[in-house]
Amino acid sequence: MSGTHGTEKTAGPVLGTSTDTVPPEATSATGTPGDKADAIAAVTRVARAALPANGLITDPTELRTYECDGLAHYRVTPALVVLPETTEQVAAVVRACAEHGVPFVARGSGTGLSGGALPRADGILVVTSRMRAIREVRAADQRAVVEPGVINLDVTRAATPEGYYYAPDPSSQQICSVGGNLAENSGGAHCLKYGFTSNHVLGTDLVTPQGDVVQLGGLAPDAPGYDLLGTVVGSEGTLGIATTAIVRLVRLPEEVRTLLVGFRSTDDAGAATSAIISAGIVPAAIEMMDALAIEAAEAAVHCNYPDGAGAVLVIELDGAAVEVEHEYEQVERLCREHGSFEQRLAIDAAERALIWKGRKSAFAAVGRISPDYIVQDGVIPRTALPEVLRAIADLSSSSGVRVANVFHAGDGNLHPLVLFDGEKEGAGEAAEEVSGAILDLCISHGGSITGEHGVGTDKAAYMPRMFTDEDLDTMQLVRCAFDPDNISNPGKVFPTPRLCGEVPGKRKKPHPLVEAGLADAF
Amino acid sequence: MTTLTRLDAAREALRSACGDVADATPADAVDGVPAALVARPASTAETAEVLRAAAAHQLTVVPRGRGTKLTWGRPPESADLVLDTSRMSQVLDHAAGDLIVDTQAGALLSDVQTTVGSAGQRLALDEPVPGSSVGGMLATNASGPGRVAVGTARDLLIGVTVVRADGVVAKAGGRVVKNVAGYDLGKLVIGSFGTLVVVTEAVFRLHPEPTARGFVTVPFGTAEEASRLVQTVMNAQLVPAAVEVDWRADGAGTFGVLLEGTPAGVEGRTAAAVRLLGTGAEAAGQPPHGWGVPPWDDDAPDGPRPTALKLTCALSGLGPVLGSLRRAATGAGVPVALRGSGGAGVQYATLPGSAPVDAVATVVTQARAVCTEHGGSLVVLDGSPETKAGVDTWGPVPAIDLMRRVKEQFDPERRLAPGRFVGGI
Repeated sequence: MSGTHGTEKTAGPVLGTSTDTVPPEATSATGTPGDKADAIAAVTRVARAALPANGLITDPTELRTYECDGLAHYRVTPALVVLPETTEQVAAVVRACAEHGVPFVARGSGTGLSGGALPRADGILVVTSRMRAIREVRAADQRAVVEPGVINLDVTRAATPEGYYYAPDPSSQQICSVGGNLAENSGGAHCLKYGFTSNHVLGTDLVTPQGDVVQLGGLAPDAPGYDLLGTVVGSEGTLGIATTAIVRLVRLPEEVRTLLVGFRSTDDAGAATSAIISAGIVPAAIEMMDALAIEAAEAAVHCNYPDGAGAVLVIELDGAAVEVEHEYEQVERLCREHGSFEQRLAIDAAERALIWKGRKSAFAAVGRISPDYIVQDGVIPRTALPEVLRAIADLSSSSGVRVANVFHAGDGNLHPLVLFDGEKEGAGEAAEEVSGAILDLCISHGGSITGEHGVGTDKAAYMPRMFTDEDLDTMQLVRCAFDPDNISNPGKVFPTPRLCGEVPGKRKKPHPLVEAGLADAF
Repeated sequence: MTTLTRLDAAREALRSACGDVADATPADAVDGVPAALVARPASTAETAEVLRAAAAHQLTVVPRGRGTKLTWGRPPESADLVLDTSRMSQVLDHAAGDLIVDTQAGALLSDVQTTVGSAGQRLALDEPVPGSSVGGMLATNASGPGRVAVGTARDLLIGVTVVRADGVVAKAGGRVVKNVAGYDLGKLVIGSFGTLVVVTEAVFRLHPEPTARGFVTVPFGTAEEASRLVQTVMNAQLVPAAVEVDWRADGAGTFGVLLEGTPAGVEGRTAAAVRLLGTGAEAAGQPPHGWGVPPWDDDAPDGPRPTALKLTCALSGLGPVLGSLRRAATGAGVPVALRGSGGAGVQYATLPGSAPVDAVATVVTQARAVCTEHGGSLVVLDGSPETKAGVDTWGPVPAIDLMRRVKEQFDPERRLAPGRFVGGI
């Protein structure tokens, strides 16, 4: 289980771009301390009645275990942690939260990298780690029905004997949960060909912020009505809590070829990537690491990447054997034509695993070469890759802040790792400045501030750089439909909460934000 | 204020908002509901002006692309203004190196395909109804055989510009395939039948056009056989691009598989498919008759509109669903023809326009129960006015309350295509 990240001095914590240890959103805007305590007490009573005796955590020391997710820079101790085992228990807790105006935050394994599961000091943390049943593997339907706490890789493990697997594969897939993936619309190395979580979750039972249980989607595609499921997936827990996921199972490919290719420079590796895509090939994955990232991976996991490489590509081809053979020949040739000096084809599963180990351990490995780092998740159009990488290099040299680059080259999703030593005065601020400048680069090239990690707490402040007030207001119409009282993971995704119109018969008094003098109603 | 003066005032306001406003003709009626005015804005900004003017004059608005599927869904309660997007017909930007295309919503899907095809790419969406606009395709979530491999609009739309009923312009997503910043409004808009917002611009991810394609067909006679064939192909290593079931009214069936890839690869996989499917399997370079065409298009164009059904189920439910539909139709004394993606669990079926309404209702009720039992649904997409009046077209919709709340937020005055969608939305 992730979630216990030790002290803030731990080597290699993943830091946010903000210096606030406690974001302002994490404390309640409404009510007096006494009211809040009463409300929490009321929800606690309901939870105690609805959940098993060991399903509540109230001890302050134990509560601190849950104070952060994978983005350990932000820490808030929740007022109460509940560990429900069933949809009904989740619904009971959420209903109580709704009745008493208490915010709640859902959390799976706590591996998220944007502070999406950061608790609220005045709220309940609903942890799904006891909802770990794989209810059905329906090979004939190419679906599995799982609970939200199920570990991503366990879905594949359960489906493999039937000849199937679950395609979305975030680097943390050995510990991250399907529910967390659903909330974040998680990606992974193979989404270039297979898509993201949103392409693979076909149905869910959602506990709405009112505590109702609704079925969205199902075993069959194209459920009539609005595609609420499509909006819920990736909404970062702000529209309710998913307690079941119906996921797509993909046929295990007949053939997989994993190729490690060494280049002198990221420019060459980038040109090879573009050439492969232009040739009409859609590899399962094309990953790039630069020299600094390779150095870190070597130090950590001894993955034996090519000596002297300025960049490596990890290219994976999969599918029908006859097609893979043909694609492999083309990829091999295109890499050679674009300056590769070494190519290694994994000859067995062990070699394949070693190639991937270097890539998938890259974030953690950076801890070996730097005490602290910030990981970014910006996206750019693939064709802008050489230009943006050069701009990042310029930023790095002009600021003296080292940046290691690990990224999904095939889809332009960058993971610059901005290195610094938090012990040195001003180093953190300098790193944050570089980090923010990289996001601006992504936006100015028509990209996105986040490709797979989510906005969460960390990047909410950047949303206005990418979207207009009207865009954000329109998105929040959905929020208002689902959660007019703004109690489901409030303060995440959006920099400013939208005031939701009066819901007839629902609210009799002024909006709490208005009452608290924090917002005006128009 | 009399109706006439209200209309005059609205026309005047619309004309100051948009250079192309006309009085509606009978041809502009929406599924039998007469329209009063037609506005054809040329840009997102003009669309916003039109919707603001419509709001100020309390007009109901039905968005229209090329009008090819305007009778799908229920007839709107009223259609004061048809907002026609056909002047927004530009394919704005094809970034071939990034495998994306940015297009205005009124563009013909075929124009988009021509543009991206010049670079050996395609927008991997079929066009079951020829002449569709991008926006119309999104609004109805139309799909065809290719959905087995690459999915539907929800899997391809990466950015969208919309205009709300109150005239506010908003964007979601962007121009990169991988992007989780903010809510995915694109998915919410797909299949919303024009009831939430007016889409004016869309960005899609593209796929490389395969260099070779091959078809393998085999006849079948029973629902069980069709289901067994689907399971065989889906569980094999063929990586099919499409898996189609075509079951004619006379009971003759054709099962078809499409394989796409490189010439050598397709050749090998085609041979494997022929072996796998056994006696009667044949390879062909061309699609079999009716491939990708909804079964109702087979009927003669004159006479009452045939009833168009969309049936979905879990893959394993295909046999029971096909069987129940055939039995229900036989029992009700009406012929049924069926065609669709066995590999995706989505079938289209048609009953003749001359079939009595109560017979159609019986078939719908019986087959819907079996679809539901197998995790799916049955929707009456289209039909004669009498049929639509006498049949529960959308059927039961889980989470309908939540959908109503979404509608209330986006269009609280119910001015966009009111009544066309599920639950009277």
